[in-house]
Amino acid sequence: MRVSLFVTCLVDQLWSSVGASSVEVLRRVGCEVEFDDRQTCCAQPAFNTGYRQEAREVAKRFISIYEDSKVDAIVSPSGSCTAMVHHYPELFAEDAEWLKRAQAIAERTHELSSFLVRVLKVEDVGASWTGRLTWHDACHGLRDLNLKSEPRSLIKNVRGAEFVELDNADSCCGFGGTFSVKYPEISLAILDQKIEAIERAEVKAVVSGDASCLMQIGGRLSRKGSQVKVMHIAELLASQEA
Amino acid sequence: MNHVTSETFDENAKAALADSQLRGALRNATSLFGQRRLAATKTVTDWEGLRTQARTIKDDVLLHLDQYLEKFVAHAESRGAQFHWARDAAEANSIICNLAKQRGARTIVKSKSMTTEETHLNVALEAANIQVVETDLGEYIIQLAEETPSHIIVPAIHKTKRQIAELFTEELGMAPTDDVDKLTRTAREQLRNRFAAADIGISGVNFGIAETGTIVILENEGNIRLTTSLPRVHIAVMGIEKILPRFADLDIFLKLLPRSGTGQRLTTYQSFITGTKTDKNAEGPEELHVVMLDNGRSRMLAHPVTRQSLACIRCGACLNACPVYQQIGGHAYGSVYPGPIGAVITPQLMGLEKTQQLPYASSLCGACREVCPVKIDIPRLLLHLRSEITEKSAPNVTSANPRTGERLAFKVWQATMTRPWLYELSGKLGRLFQGLVVKNGRIGVLKGPARLATPLTAWTSGRDLRPIEQQSFRELWSKELAHKKD
Repeated sequence: MRVSLFVTCLVDQLWSSVGASSVEVLRRVGCEVEFDDRQTCCAQPAFNTGYRQEAREVAKRFISIYEDSKVDAIVSPSGSCTAMVHHYPELFAEDAEWLKRAQAIAERTHELSSFLVRVLKVEDVGASWTGRLTWHDACHGLRDLNLKSEPRSLIKNVRGAEFVELDNADSCCGFGGTFSVKYPEISLAILDQKIEAIERAEVKAVVSGDASCLMQIGGRLSRKGSQVKVMHIAELLASQEA
Repeated sequence: MNHVTSETFDENAKAALADSQLRGALRNATSLFGQRRLAATKTVTDWEGLRTQARTIKDDVLLHLDQYLEKFVAHAESRGAQFHWARDAAEANSIICNLAKQRGARTIVKSKSMTTEETHLNVALEAANIQVVETDLGEYIIQLAEETPSHIIVPAIHKTKRQIAELFTEELGMAPTDDVDKLTRTAREQLRNRFAAADIGISGVNFGIAETGTIVILENEGNIRLTTSLPRVHIAVMGIEKILPRFADLDIFLKLLPRSGTGQRLTTYQSFITGTKTDKNAEGPEELHVVMLDNGRSRMLAHPVTRQSLACIRCGACLNACPVYQQIGGHAYGSVYPGPIGAVITPQLMGLEKTQQLPYASSLCGACREVCPVKIDIPRLLLHLRSEITEKSAPNVTSANPRTGERLAFKVWQATMTRPWLYELSGKLGRLFQGLVVKNGRIGVLKGPARLATPLTAWTSGRDLRPIEQQSFRELWSKELAHKKD
């Protein structure tokens, strides 16, 4: 299957190993991977802050770029950015032509774990990683894309990994895009509940499907001098320690 | 903590975060109500199906509200109810004050009603020299403390047992105790006398049934039953959206509302009030007045996106589920409707100008939408309101509009994100300049001129930041990954 990697601007600039790991995993399960270097951002920051006109222009570009591509699927290591692409039709509710184009792109765009499990029907990607770990449900993956069992199935098949459920795994980490800097005190108060749960889990690593949430959680763990690592699910699935 | 406004949400929130008693009370109560709700949803076979049915009914009501209101009024009037229409809060209050004055009323007992909180009825009644007593235990506590409710169904959720005990000692002169039964008994004794003496009882309305003209009110304490049956006059205050078409629809809504609100299968009392008493010797009030309140609702109804805000049945589940509400409680919102649904309704009721922080007071996590018994897409409504706010502030970009900087930033962002070369260049420039602030592979607390980068300062106030990679993914791709095919 031919897939085009929509790596997200955050991963591209701040966490390139997540992109490299995604390529590694997709190739391992037999996909032919392409990357279009005209891609930038999915438009979520503007859309979520209320700047729809600005978001529309960036979304149009995204749609045009991937329309050119003949791949079977557009795959992204982000539930949140994938969900944004799924929201595109909302941006073009009053523009029949773009609405159609937006819907077509949305249908072809998948989050990584969802693509592996739902489309490719693969739950074991041959990964190995030793240690105790837990999973944080990133909100948009969980509630916009309904990803709950998919990442867990993938993680449970990682050899050597001991999976434990996090208390309130499905509660928000407090990131929320511009919310995290508009209301940093509230964002941190929410985050500290997540950190407490992670500490109680006594794990070596906390895994999630969105680099943004992991930056929020990881940033606090790092500030507190914690030894717990944050890991993107793509990195875990790419890992082959043994 | 009280009487703060939505305009200062950020300051209110900070004050709430610094209040450890408040946060302890909130943490206990919201998690308890959340767990109870979840357990209660499992006592019906098809919770999701019920939600869908409820929303379908509400959508139908909102699309044909005029017709359903006519039916409701006609049926209730035929049974002796008298109707009063209020365009806004002031009209509603003056109708009620006039009804009270005409009847020479001195004392009014009131049962819990968010609609009368919305109109600030108590203030109006007190200004007219009419004594009003709240009879719901939570509301009674709030009234004694001269505060406002901080939750839609648990008005005193922000108070600890100890705070309530101290309040009762101070205001009611009871001996200090932390025995909940003793506290409740004291309140009960105080209130019983009030019911007997009251000239008028004022209540809210949970549902108005169009086909019968029946008013339905749910409660647990029995105070609503007394409020609506003991005094000679009953005034019910009702938002115009509270209609259900058929009596049989209650089968769905009476399953959804108590489970979502308090995690109960059913409330202890359900009052069904259809008109006034028909027989002189029967029990119940001689007069039933229904005040129908618009106060911005028809404006919400007119808009296809915001219309769904009116499907809300005021269960409060979204408050308990909201990570923001869980931390700061209700008062910070500066509105009688706090939490996610409050952040949607308040700006629509009060206008965007003074409430524009509220739609941004959300991480858009979607927990509210997940628990909403009538499937209101609250995140979508918040996003809609955010876009309204930025569009409304657009003509003033040159003035002292607080969004000038933000707007400019998103213009620059748009220019960058639509030009890959500029996007790449920005990344590379970032790499160069971050050398000033990156230490041990991360960006920690900022010092000196770097603090001028406000969002970065806000982020690093409590979190470290990952620096920009020395090699972006696209560079990695073109150098290595593209060619390495296995």
